[in-house]
Amino acid sequence: MDKFETLTGIAAPMPLVNIDTDMIIPKQFLKTIKRSGLGANLFDEMRFDRQGNEIADFVLNQDAYRNAEILVAGDNFGCGSSREHAPWAIKDFGIRCVISTSFADIFYNNCFKNGILPIALPQEAVDVLMKDAEKGANARMTVDLENQTVTTSDGESFSFEVDAFKKHCLLEGLDDIGLTMEKAGSIDTFEAQAAQARPWV
Amino acid sequence: MSPKTLYDKIWDAHVAHEAEDGTCLLYIDRHLVHEVTSPQAFEGLRMANRPVRAPDKTIAVPDHNVPTTPGREDPKNMTEDSAIQVAALDKNAKDFGIHYYPVSDVRQGIVHIVGPEQGWTLPGMTVVCGDSHTATHGAFGALAHGIGTSEVEHVLATQTLIQKKSKNMKVEITGKLRPGVTAKDITLSVIGETGTAGGTGYVIEYCGEAIRDLSMEGRMTVCNMAIEGGARAGLIAPDEKTFEYVKGRPHAPKGAQFEAAMEWWKTLYSDDDAHWDKVITIKGEDIAPVVTWGTSPEDVLPITANVPSADDFEGGKVGAAQRSLDYMGLTPGTPLSDIEIDTVFIGSCTNGRIEDLRAAAEILKGKKIKDGLRAMVVPGSGLVRLQAEEEGLADIFKEAGFEWRLAGCSMCLAMNPDQLAEGERCVSTSNRNFEGRQGYKGRTHLVSPGMAAAAAITGKLTDVREMM
Repeated sequence: MDKFETLTGIAAPMPLVNIDTDMIIPKQFLKTIKRSGLGANLFDEMRFDRQGNEIADFVLNQDAYRNAEILVAGDNFGCGSSREHAPWAIKDFGIRCVISTSFADIFYNNCFKNGILPIALPQEAVDVLMKDAEKGANARMTVDLENQTVTTSDGESFSFEVDAFKKHCLLEGLDDIGLTMEKAGSIDTFEAQAAQARPWV
Repeated sequence: MSPKTLYDKIWDAHVAHEAEDGTCLLYIDRHLVHEVTSPQAFEGLRMANRPVRAPDKTIAVPDHNVPTTPGREDPKNMTEDSAIQVAALDKNAKDFGIHYYPVSDVRQGIVHIVGPEQGWTLPGMTVVCGDSHTATHGAFGALAHGIGTSEVEHVLATQTLIQKKSKNMKVEITGKLRPGVTAKDITLSVIGETGTAGGTGYVIEYCGEAIRDLSMEGRMTVCNMAIEGGARAGLIAPDEKTFEYVKGRPHAPKGAQFEAAMEWWKTLYSDDDAHWDKVITIKGEDIAPVVTWGTSPEDVLPITANVPSADDFEGGKVGAAQRSLDYMGLTPGTPLSDIEIDTVFIGSCTNGRIEDLRAAAEILKGKKIKDGLRAMVVPGSGLVRLQAEEEGLADIFKEAGFEWRLAGCSMCLAMNPDQLAEGERCVSTSNRNFEGRQGYKGRTHLVSPGMAAAAAITGKLTDVREMM
């Protein structure tokens, strides 16, 4: 997995609440057996018309935001389906960090498996960051995972919470399965005990 | 011993390893797999040369992509990309030696209907699947939730998940439901009350007389939509109805093993003085037959209400409501029961079980659907379909003018050819009314099976109580 340490980049504002994973990557793009290439269809039905032409007022179609690396979004981002195609598409587009007041549980976890940092902050902080994002390409936001801060282009800084284990994995780019395999002994022991206690499972 | 919730008890029984910071390896008893969210996970195993750790606890069935029309066993009758995903699942099931119900098997169906039907889902288990509606299995008092594809690979390789414990939320539905009010109305009403993020960070236990009174099918409907309220999982404590449902299922324990299992299952309830981080109480008698008007499952109103205006909301929801109204093509103030529809879809892991089909058939018996309406029933599994045929329900649907389809996810998420056209308005027994969910620019109103049947007859959103 790619490491995430610090990121300074353009932030795109998407103030809409309840942006669901069907919006992030519509179902017709789930018929792939690969993880790659989904960035072209990120937010497909908001971004393109049926003929494949760009919808001009969609934020990622505006020149200032074509190279956005951060997304500042409304509450409950990533709700709905468990599809990991959503973070795959976000990452493939080039976005490495999403900021909102809250995230849906499965999406939140999926981000960490893909080198994306989701940051949950109080409404007042997200409001400030949204305003900063609205300034366009000249305003660059900075995210520092080690120090757990987001800083606006004006230098206003907000601290965020992140689970220590998830932070560690993201900073080091660690592979979960490899880490768990190191605890195979514990799993073996548990499995043997469970087979005694609940043989019907 | 300190008092525990049902969630605490199941959690504690499955912790294989706990780190100092509380990060746990949670052991997984059942891993359900379908064709859309698994190919990349199996590919990952191959690349790392890893086997599936517990193939006996891994069950696969294609459901999302499969057509619901005859001849679908032939890949030529699927779109090329769907056929590739189904073929990949065929191959992965064979190569890794996991349990498998192919399209040609009468037991094939939606993974969350097949699991309980075959007795894979049992009380007290941990159940995961690369699908958010895994919450369904919580109806058995199993801790069940959706996971992403990386986690699918993690479970395949290690039979565990890296997890931190969620908080406990109790949702109590007291007293009796009024006539015409169903499990679907309960679960939608709860989301209407808490919002789609209200459950974030929690595992919900549903309890109270109205929940106890529900059949297992109804309980599955309630738990199915726990995810729509943002919760990691929904749970209902097992009772005699649960044990009765489980008993005799192909993969349920038999004889002395069943008795031993029962002994443990009977301890699976929340202790009286257990700690709850959040409690919601709703009176059963206050719940009406409901319908969604917008593009979020929290956009719930009684069928007797009018379309709201964006001004009725606050904060970020104002813009979202206006966007929903525009998308849905609705004018504020219009009575919901005046809204004309084009299509009715009965099916999905929310409402594709036998009891759902019975409820719809009860309303449709001897009646015809409105002229020009498109209506289809997609049973949740091949076995539900067979049973409905044996009970004469299929004939009622067909005589009323419904299409009688083969099992699958179908128009719930429209990954197969069952899709809405642009602007087509559908009354659906499924679980999500998101933009584009049932087809590009399609419009979805979520309802119970009885409400769907009533709407099919009148061609409008309809109060099922008028048909009873």
